[in-house]
Amino acid sequence: MQNVITVRDLTKNYNGLMAVDHINFNVTKGEVFGFLGPNGAGKTTTIRMLTGIIKPGFGQISIMGFNIARDPIKAKQLMGVVPEMSNAYIELSAWDNLLFMADLYGVPKKTARQRAEALLGLFDLYDRKDHKIKNFSKGMKQKIIIAMALMNEPDILFLDEPTSGLDVQSARLIRDIVRKLNKDGKTIFLSTHYMEEANELCNRVAIINHGKIAAIDAPEQLKIRIGGLQRVEVSFNKPADISELSSIPEIINIRKKGDKLALYTNEPGSIIYKLVDYSRANNLEMVTLHTLTPSLEDVFITLTQEVGK
Amino acid sequence: MMRAYAIAKKDMRIYYLKGPVVIFGVLSPTFLFLAFIVGRDLPIDFLIAGLLGMTVFFTSTSVSPVVAPTETQSRNLERLAASPVSITTILIGDILASVFFGVAISFIPVLLGIAMGVTIIHPFILILGIVLAAFCFSAMGLIFSSTPTSMTSTVMMLSTMIKFPLVFISGIFIPIGELSLWGKALASLSPLTYITDLCRYSIQGNTSNYYPVVLDISALIIFLVIFMVAAVKLHERSLPKRL
Ligand SMILES: Nc1ncnc2c1ncn2[C@@H]1O[C@H](COP(=O)(O)OP(=O)(O)OP(=O)(O)O)[C@@H](O)[C@H]1O
Ligand SMILES: [Mg+2]
Repeated sequence: MQNVITVRDLTKNYNGLMAVDHINFNVTKGEVFGFLGPNGAGKTTTIRMLTGIIKPGFGQISIMGFNIARDPIKAKQLMGVVPEMSNAYIELSAWDNLLFMADLYGVPKKTARQRAEALLGLFDLYDRKDHKIKNFSKGMKQKIIIAMALMNEPDILFLDEPTSGLDVQSARLIRDIVRKLNKDGKTIFLSTHYMEEANELCNRVAIINHGKIAAIDAPEQLKIRIGGLQRVEVSFNKPADISELSSIPEIINIRKKGDKLALYTNEPGSIIYKLVDYSRANNLEMVTLHTLTPSLEDVFITLTQEVGK
Repeated sequence: MMRAYAIAKKDMRIYYLKGPVVIFGVLSPTFLFLAFIVGRDLPIDFLIAGLLGMTVFFTSTSVSPVVAPTETQSRNLERLAASPVSITTILIGDILASVFFGVAISFIPVLLGIAMGVTIIHPFILILGIVLAAFCFSAMGLIFSSTPTSMTSTVMMLSTMIKFPLVFISGIFIPIGELSLWGKALASLSPLTYITDLCRYSIQGNTSNYYPVVLDISALIIFLVIFMVAAVKLHERSLPKRL
């Protein structure tokens, strides 16, 4: 397995605040590597250092063998970047934005036109190619920004929270595209705070909190690693009394999730009997009932709480 | 270099039509000039040479300082910083866009002068001077925009505070030869002095320039190098603060 990104002891300090604190990891060729962490964990700071936008305080970064501090232009030439909060040039058309990127990366004119056409097709924006970005919706803007990052046919694509703020449909479309790009051989570095996104897309996930990496592994491995409890999720047609439920001995912990209750247990089977009894006795109706093994979210909560302490 | 040109092309498309560029670049020299000539009786070739120097100055310093704060505000800068171009290349692109603007608008006073019967005695020196001065002033404009702000108005205020006094010390309205010793010393610190002197030489003839032509040109080159180096250093420092 070939490492395309190697990070050693990477550190960034903002006036005494450790935004990124001596982290180490490798990303191998062809994988989708997820960076999962809460707000302020240091995801964007890490990506900015990896993409040569800011200088690390300490540590080494190698991108396909190029040290980003010594060979920034060569390293940057190999990557595509979708920053967290960036814009295309709103006064320019979609087409002109794409061709501007091609110019910045030194892509020959003819190739650039072919790529721009193919990308506009892929993102279903071909008929809007001459419209100014100003008039695009948020989802369309994000698609154009991703297309811009692909104009140089990068080996590695960095995406910083690419689906945040998008509606379900646009987010799904972007995830589909990420999967497709990965299938075509691109290595993808993705930061997100959506568990499901990481779970669905990533071969491996690094969980980062307070600038430190709490764990790096495949999502399923992480779930096994924290061991942990199974849970039963139930929702009733009327609000239920939690205190009465918590007197059931098999329930180890209860968490409220919206209109659902998550009951953590080692014996999901017997919990279900008790729930049936409970709803009969209280004249409630169960609307939904699921039994679940630990989710990435559980891993995340467990690990981020540990690191937080 | 192709990449710098790509950046210049983008700048030209976006910034030539922006309000502050037009106001500070085209309108302010016009009004300053009108205010000055009203009610005075000065030879036309003297006026045109002064107007020309001032036009290059105001137009070339109007595009370059707008780019950085605007792109901070509109969040284009991070994308640019992630692309394989150095800060120097980005700045050269911004300068080129500013230079084209300055040189193009400078044709207006030249044509105006010709229409009013002024003859251009040394056209090549004039063109060389204008292009060189446009580079010099564009680089100067970049220094104004090196504070890591996203407010175009802050940069414009800062640059106006420096630009207007420069106009008055640079021998545009009063020939340098007629200034006091202090005035001369002050004038020699302003790059605008040298391009105005070159314009006088090119338009009014061989005896009307105060400094030798070679000195004028060297001074502009020296100012250009100083401004460029300073701009790169300052922007390298301010870029991370803009994200
Ligand atoms: N330019 C800066 N100056 C000072 N502090 C900063 C700067 N950029 C980030 N920080 C701090 O560094 C920490 C990490 O920020 P970062 O943006 O990397 O988090 P993140 O994981 O991307 O969060 P989010 O999910 O909100 O995008 C935060 O505490 C933030 O306040
Ligand atoms: Mg972030």
